[in-house]
Amino acid sequence: MQVLYGRHHVRVYRFGLRLVRDEQVAEDLISEVFLDVWRQAGKFEGRSAVSTWLLAITRFKALSALRRRKDAELDDEAVNAIEDTSDDPETVVQKKDTGDALRKCLTGLSAEHREIVDLVYYHEKSVEDVAGIVGIPENTVKTRLFYARKKLAELLKAAGIERGWP
Amino acid sequence: MMAMSKKMLDQEPSEIEMLLPFHAAGTLNARDTRRVDEALASDPELAKQYAVIQEEYAETIHLNESLGAPSARAMQKLFAAIDGEPVRKPSLSTSLSAQISEFFAKLSPRTLAWSASLGAVALLLQAGVIGAVLMKNQTTSFETASIDLKERNAPITRDLGAAVPPRALVRFTPEARIAEITALLDNYQASIVDGAKGGMFRIQFGNRAMGKDEIAGLMSRLQGEKIVSLAVATP
Repeated sequence: MQVLYGRHHVRVYRFGLRLVRDEQVAEDLISEVFLDVWRQAGKFEGRSAVSTWLLAITRFKALSALRRRKDAELDDEAVNAIEDTSDDPETVVQKKDTGDALRKCLTGLSAEHREIVDLVYYHEKSVEDVAGIVGIPENTVKTRLFYARKKLAELLKAAGIERGWP
Repeated sequence: MMAMSKKMLDQEPSEIEMLLPFHAAGTLNARDTRRVDEALASDPELAKQYAVIQEEYAETIHLNESLGAPSARAMQKLFAAIDGEPVRKPSLSTSLSAQISEFFAKLSPRTLAWSASLGAVALLLQAGVIGAVLMKNQTTSFETASIDLKERNAPITRDLGAAVPPRALVRFTPEARIAEITALLDNYQASIVDGAKGGMFRIQFGNRAMGKDEIAGLMSRLQGEKIVSLAVATP
């Protein structure tokens, strides 16, 4: 268990943190995830990678944690994701740092878009794996990522950054 | 192809365009990778978009890596919770060997060496229990095959096929590991039938009687084992 935890806890934590946006909640989340793994180890059938299995459990736990929060609080958080920080995208543009702006806009995506971007880019999951983790058809994985990227481009454009796409 | 990628910006994206992020992350299968490579080579607009995707890919990794790691509190909480879990009862067939291996792996070589004699006693107890169960379940015809020192003084009128397999008194070296002793017993098809008196174990070999020469050869071979310090044939 210690080996499994040592190997995967950081990525599980980061995936959870990107979903719940609260370090304390994310830490509680990984304890719950690995405890579930401890309890259900016999149910793992080896059809997917262990990391895929862990991310699926993390996602389920994160959504449960989010559901425990007030809906209004969630909506505000999503809408104000960019505006509620001191260093908004416009300021970042003034610094001529597209990378910073990109990261800030990545943070400003909706939870649905954040998770698909993270799973594909950071966790390097295939279409099939993402479909299994999120519980959607493979074609939806592709289109959702496309629209997540489009939304990202819109956020960047609103911040004054044109990248030539779309 | 170029017209197609421009069209996608306002309308539904093409299959190839939707595969670009997965290509950047290296998670496409060989067939799709080839398809995307060919499209990128022939469509500059698509290649331009791919450059944008590579930037997104790099910054997403940068962003996630900047999130840091959880504190030790998370791990402490997890293992405290695991300690509080009820003890599970895994099936013997799947877990016994793993548990034994794990147990011995935790011991130092020195501890193992000193534990060798203790392990042998444990083996003896196990043999005793198995023997008792077998004796209890056997018919009386098997009882005639067993031998007792008192009976040995009486005239032997039993079937010759029921003769006693050879036995020996064996002393193991202090460095002998339990796994080595077990392996030796397996190799010789032997079992511990008594001991450890004065550090000696009475061991029985196989299930058939042997001639004097055969027994002498067996003792010689046994004496040559590195974990055996003494081996003497005994009635």
